[in-house]
Amino acid sequence: MADSAGAPRPSSSVKLVLLGEAAVGKSSLVLRFVNNDFQENKEPTIGAAFLTQKCNLPQRTIKFEIWDTAGQERFASLAPMYYRNAQAALVVYDLTKPTSLIKAKHWVAELQRQASPGIVIALVGNKLDLTSDNAGTNGEGEAAGGDEDARKVSTEEAKTYAEEEGLLFFETSAKTGYNVTEVFTAIANAIPETSLKSARGPGAAGAAGRSEEQRVNLNGPRDPNAKEGCAC
Amino acid sequence: MAPETTTGSNQNEITDPPPPPLPPRRKPSGEGLGAPGQSKATTAVSSIDISTLSFPDGSRGTFTTSAMRAVSTPIPGPSGFATPSRGASEDGLTDSMSVMSFAPTMRPAADLASLVAGEINRKSRAWTMLRSQSATVQPFEAVEITASTDELAGFNHEFDDIPDLTSQGVTDEQRLALWKAKLKHYMILSSAGKPIYSRHGDLSLVNSYMGVVQTIISFYEGSNDPLLGFTAGKTRFVIAIEGPLYFVAISKLGESDSQLRSQLEALYMQILSTLTLPTLKNIFVHRPSTDLRKPLEGTELLLSSLADSFSKGSPSALLGALECLRLRKSKRHAINNAFLKVRSEKLLYGLIVAGGKLVSVIRPRKHSLHPSDLQLIFNMLFESGGVKAGGGENWIPLCLPAFNNRGYLYMYVSFFDGSPDSTSSEPIQERSPDSTDEEVAIILISPDKESFYDLKEMRDKVAHQLDKNGSLAIIRAAVRDGRPRIDAIAPGAQISHFLYKSRANVQFCMATLQPTFDGSEPEKLVARRRLMSLYHQLHASMHTKHSHLKVLHCVSADAASLAWITPIFEFYCVAGPNVSRAVMTQGANKIIQWAKREEERLFIIGGGVF
Repeated sequence: MADSAGAPRPSSSVKLVLLGEAAVGKSSLVLRFVNNDFQENKEPTIGAAFLTQKCNLPQRTIKFEIWDTAGQERFASLAPMYYRNAQAALVVYDLTKPTSLIKAKHWVAELQRQASPGIVIALVGNKLDLTSDNAGTNGEGEAAGGDEDARKVSTEEAKTYAEEEGLLFFETSAKTGYNVTEVFTAIANAIPETSLKSARGPGAAGAAGRSEEQRVNLNGPRDPNAKEGCAC
Repeated sequence: MAPETTTGSNQNEITDPPPPPLPPRRKPSGEGLGAPGQSKATTAVSSIDISTLSFPDGSRGTFTTSAMRAVSTPIPGPSGFATPSRGASEDGLTDSMSVMSFAPTMRPAADLASLVAGEINRKSRAWTMLRSQSATVQPFEAVEITASTDELAGFNHEFDDIPDLTSQGVTDEQRLALWKAKLKHYMILSSAGKPIYSRHGDLSLVNSYMGVVQTIISFYEGSNDPLLGFTAGKTRFVIAIEGPLYFVAISKLGESDSQLRSQLEALYMQILSTLTLPTLKNIFVHRPSTDLRKPLEGTELLLSSLADSFSKGSPSALLGALECLRLRKSKRHAINNAFLKVRSEKLLYGLIVAGGKLVSVIRPRKHSLHPSDLQLIFNMLFESGGVKAGGGENWIPLCLPAFNNRGYLYMYVSFFDGSPDSTSSEPIQERSPDSTDEEVAIILISPDKESFYDLKEMRDKVAHQLDKNGSLAIIRAAVRDGRPRIDAIAPGAQISHFLYKSRANVQFCMATLQPTFDGSEPEKLVARRRLMSLYHQLHASMHTKHSHLKVLHCVSADAASLAWITPIFEFYCVAGPNVSRAVMTQGANKIIQWAKREEERLFIIGGGVF
């Protein structure tokens, strides 16, 4: 992935968790970001899925370790396991479903209360293709939305809330791909350098059982783990 | 070939060997308690169960009391197995095993057959010639499908969705007609009458029927005389009551009550797998009128794919057994060892599964795996598609009810499909008519919910090992080879399809379904269901309470079939309607000998135990 043949860009892992009500499109956002793909009527996630994807910034490469969690209520008690030590969270709601924003606010509150203090949270309104103001998306999305505007959550409302809470805010369409990569890039940029240099987030979750070699040490010589990131 | 000579030689064989070493005994898997006898026959997926004879701690403590009862029953199998098999190899009489178990019941059957079929055949030369031609008639080929007489006429629309309320131009009457045309229904409701699940139709459509069902069941419940089932026309209703839940199966497919009951049991297990028993009980203790759909949200697909596998006809569910990938013993050994070598401390069970067939199992000595639990896992991974579709690695809390219905285990799942793991140069995607049939998955189960990274690390090591020693390529090749073809294993046998269950191992193997019974075309779907219906009938007849049947030969207008049960195996096969009993028996013998010869390739015997 790294383009400059000589010195590889510093690469670091970022643990990111997706939270939100069932069927708002968490897995679809991930699928779009990781595979640039979309599936209609996707089956509900069971438990959680773990995926990785790199994000290249001018100065460094961020390797996202993504926890895509199931939105059903019965899995809620497992969530702390996934957001513990996470450096970033994507809290997703469905633009066409007001209750999903309420649920998203609950998740934000829980994260602010219990997750790592420096966690970067992005609030994401998904399913923009179903609304009539899907500017920037292609015509396909418009057609799918039909004549009616299915939007039930206004941009202002969510944006105001996001600003109050200090969250990144995006409206996306996993179906058309609109704004999806932007969300992840924005998160990558928002992660403070210091947090990257501190103890590695995702590893810490299972630190007890993990071998030393899997930890990323940005200060020392390239560790074996880095070959995944930047072998050119 | 003249059938009577075959009959004669059979009789000779019968008179020659000594009487069977074991007295005829009742088949171990009793149908009592209305329980699915087959799926209850719990044992290790390994010969450890055999060694429970000498090590009685083998699987103790892992099963519920009813399972405990069942677990002791297969023991006659292994002990019965030992004697004849030794005799067979030492005498050089490869057939002795089968003959011995055949002997007590074959004589009357042979006599009958010589009275009926044999005489006719002997008389007429023309008949013999005609027969030699007509033997090529395949099963179900002669069926005249007329909508009025054929109960499977609508089967190719069985799995079509019923349009919901929002769809235009469909009246309620039409929706109801479509709903009523389904040959199989499953309904789950709470004892308070709240609908929980229906395979077909949305709740607006089925709500009133759920009410009727609840009223009927409650009426009998109230008088302490639980309703088990009833018949209306050609439709059989079977009811199972599990605590606060009512399960109803409505079938026009001709399954027996105990078969339908075991299907309902599997749906119940799926619900327990999602919630655990204590949670389920708690929910209803506190609020009997709870709508269980909310806690079960997202699992409708799992229930439906389970239900559909029953409606399509699942040999695995019918026999309550697992299918394994056929591999050379040494290859499987290598895989087991690679697997064991990198075992994580946190591991409870480790499985490698390819295309729904078990490749390798590693497990602790004192815990075995129950087929019904594996059925739930396989359904989740290979039938419903929910896990696979997400991509990546999965971490899934689930309860394995037969293992322990009180708590969750955590299952790590990863599919070996991506190129990063397979450095094997062969193009994997090239010929995959149905790619889900070829997926290789690794499943690692731990009681520790924090062990994801440990198991992930183990998975990477396993992948590396399997890749290094070439096992992954061997597994893929074995998957591509598919199930055995009858003309390859028993040349000349005029048998179209068979199922062979090894009772001691609780595993089965079967002939390939191709070309007649496999495919997405409607006629193949129907042909497959006909085949499975026939197997269900055979199975039901053999397992009827107090029947004590050992061998059953049936001929109908469209197919001939043979079932044969010994303490060691259950065997079912199907041939064209004109294949004589003698020819069929001969073919069956050949296949059984093959299965015995290949036992260590077909079945996982031993597995990896730590």
